[in-house]
Amino acid sequence: MSEIQVPTNGMEVVWEKPKTLTDTRMHYCPGCGHGVVHKVLMEVIADLGIQDKTIGVAPVGCSVISYNYMNIDMQEAAHGRATAVATGIKRVLPDKLVFTYQGDGDLAAIGTAETIHACNRGENFLIIFINNAIYGMTGGQMAPTSLLGMVTSTTPEGRQVETQGFPIKITEMVATLPGTYYITRQSVHNPTAVRYLKKAVEKAFKHQLDKKGTCLIEVVSNCPSGWKMNPVEANKWLEQNMFPMYSPGDIKIEGKLVEKKPTTTPDKKETKL
Amino acid sequence: MAVRGTVKVDIETCKGCELCVEACPQDTLAMSKEINNNGYHYAVTIQDNCTGCVNCALVCPDAVITVYRSSAKKKDKEAVAVISNVKGDLRVTIDNPNVAGGVGGIDV
Amino acid sequence: MSEIRLMKGNEATAEASIRAGCDAYFGYPITPQSEIIEYLSDQGRKRGMIVMQVESEVAAINMIYGAAGAGARAMTTSSSPGISLMQEGISYIACAELPCLLMNVNRGGPGLGTIQPSQGDYFQSVKGGGHGDYHLIVLAPASVQEMADFVYLGFDLADKYRNPVLLLTDGALGQMMEKVIFPDYDPKAHKLPKPWATVGKNSNRPPNVITSLHLHSDEMEKINLRLQEKYRKIEANEVRYELMNTEGADVVMIAYGLTARICQRVIELGMQSGLNVGLMRPITLYPYPYEILAKLSEQVNGFFVVEMNAGQMVEDVRLGVNGKVPVGFYGRMGGVIPTAEEILHSLQLFMKSIAVKEKV
Repeated sequence: MSEIQVPTNGMEVVWEKPKTLTDTRMHYCPGCGHGVVHKVLMEVIADLGIQDKTIGVAPVGCSVISYNYMNIDMQEAAHGRATAVATGIKRVLPDKLVFTYQGDGDLAAIGTAETIHACNRGENFLIIFINNAIYGMTGGQMAPTSLLGMVTSTTPEGRQVETQGFPIKITEMVATLPGTYYITRQSVHNPTAVRYLKKAVEKAFKHQLDKKGTCLIEVVSNCPSGWKMNPVEANKWLEQNMFPMYSPGDIKIEGKLVEKKPTTTPDKKETKL
Repeated sequence: MAVRGTVKVDIETCKGCELCVEACPQDTLAMSKEINNNGYHYAVTIQDNCTGCVNCALVCPDAVITVYRSSAKKKDKEAVAVISNVKGDLRVTIDNPNVAGGVGGIDV
Repeated sequence: MSEIRLMKGNEATAEASIRAGCDAYFGYPITPQSEIIEYLSDQGRKRGMIVMQVESEVAAINMIYGAAGAGARAMTTSSSPGISLMQEGISYIACAELPCLLMNVNRGGPGLGTIQPSQGDYFQSVKGGGHGDYHLIVLAPASVQEMADFVYLGFDLADKYRNPVLLLTDGALGQMMEKVIFPDYDPKAHKLPKPWATVGKNSNRPPNVITSLHLHSDEMEKINLRLQEKYRKIEANEVRYELMNTEGADVVMIAYGLTARICQRVIELGMQSGLNVGLMRPITLYPYPYEILAKLSEQVNGFFVVEMNAGQMVEDVRLGVNGKVPVGFYGRMGGVIPTAEEILHSLQLFMKSIAVKEKV
């Protein structure tokens, strides 16, 4: 590894890549939020010392080969079926820690039934849901979470309610199910958001150790390539356009819905992309 | 006593997304003029004012930044960088107004 | 201690799965096999099995993937439309080489079809069924006893070859009651170590990954070559069939499962009418007993295939016979069970047609 070594005499390491991430260079586009979430997830697994008892389930989507980067046992699920696969694993290994890592198409379109029923059964695992409102892997098509008016390769004139319906807030939907225990929406667009995300992941794993039920963390993320922006612009766009629809914060804590001021409801307001 | 820090960048793994530059409150980081073996500009420190706040490492999607920190006294003059383990040809240009001479180039 | 019971075929399969040490069952009710999930929801749970009725067959097969990948003995059962839904998952399981047991209690199709027995899923079962080049080991029970016996055999073959095993049966066998003997079977003595399973990575080994994704075509071809090598091994070692009255027979009937039972009656009726016919009953539909067909082709004047479909296994028979003697076929579809009498009538016409050809 080529690196520039800066004198560090007398200094201590305050952040380094966790050993739970492999040395394989990630295939993601520059600035992609997947890398940040992988890193946070693996940091928490290292911090909690649960590398030897955690089993991950990878989805179909950009993170389909996330098992190349996560230094833990993993299974690769068919598109949308990650929570079913995780159910199979967790039910036969109830003392191990299990998580799924899924994108918006995987979790909220093709896998809607599996998502809802896993949450409804209160499967005792963690669902990490990456919402970047676009299908990155197949080249930037509309996602179920794409914003109204958002231009994608299958909505060249912007997403229209009449033809494509509304963006789906599946996180709020599953929060209404009694099987879910901790439901939160986080982000990765700035350092503070990443700190909050890490706290949320830690909390979710602790709930799983205590066998509390399903935890779901939605991560509002970016897709610089799909959105056709540079990463810095993409993160700004995320804050300005994704948050009005997908407002960050806890939705359900310890099995109770969080009282919240009403968020923007899907209307005909269009988003420019 | 000022908190003092520094960062080490794995320049071959860096993809030049610039999120660390945006996240740095001290404007310590900038992108290199040179490119790495994958064709990306990579993050470099351009000022000796890092506080070790870790922001850059948090937003880095590729976990290429290691952050160091100490609360030791102001550092003495010392080498700005040591370059090692380079695979293939590499030209590094360091812009550093805090060092005498300011700009230097090294062929490895 | 072995035990004798009077049971439905579906119940026998369920009871055998508990005795075979099946750790987990995931399923969705569908006629004519819902007795399995009902039996297991009571007996299976009481005796320590994880038994779950889940949201769909799609979810069930993917739970099998997860559980089998985590090293468990896992089973699901369904009937034709449900098995169709599972095909995607079965393809993934075959590629990821996960041992598990599946059962299709075949009913009449296509579409929603009928709940009556059928053998219309033969092609789907033995030729792959989902996408890509793969095979399941397919066992075809013909009695309630075999509905139980093949559960042990199925799990053992699945573990031995790291391959999904399918029991292909039909609604009549699933619903009929017969005597069944449950032998002594100690699952601990049969379960093989699974060092590849995802049970949590210890520090002494690299991570275990269960996947069917290999993006580079040369790597994917290697996986395929490995699968094909395994299938050749299975074809060499695991062919099973039963011969009845084939010594000196003029014509040998070929039928599996329920139709094989009816053909036993046809042998008796044939004898009464002076016909000398035998029966070859394939027990493994994949690997198919091609070799014995080639051997019998040297001895008989023709083969007569009986199926409850439009003629599916008859294609495999033709492959095995390779044009050496005529192959006749009689089939009923849509859930209709042929009677011994109508089979005999059709067989007699076939034998007459061969005789005519021989004179020419």
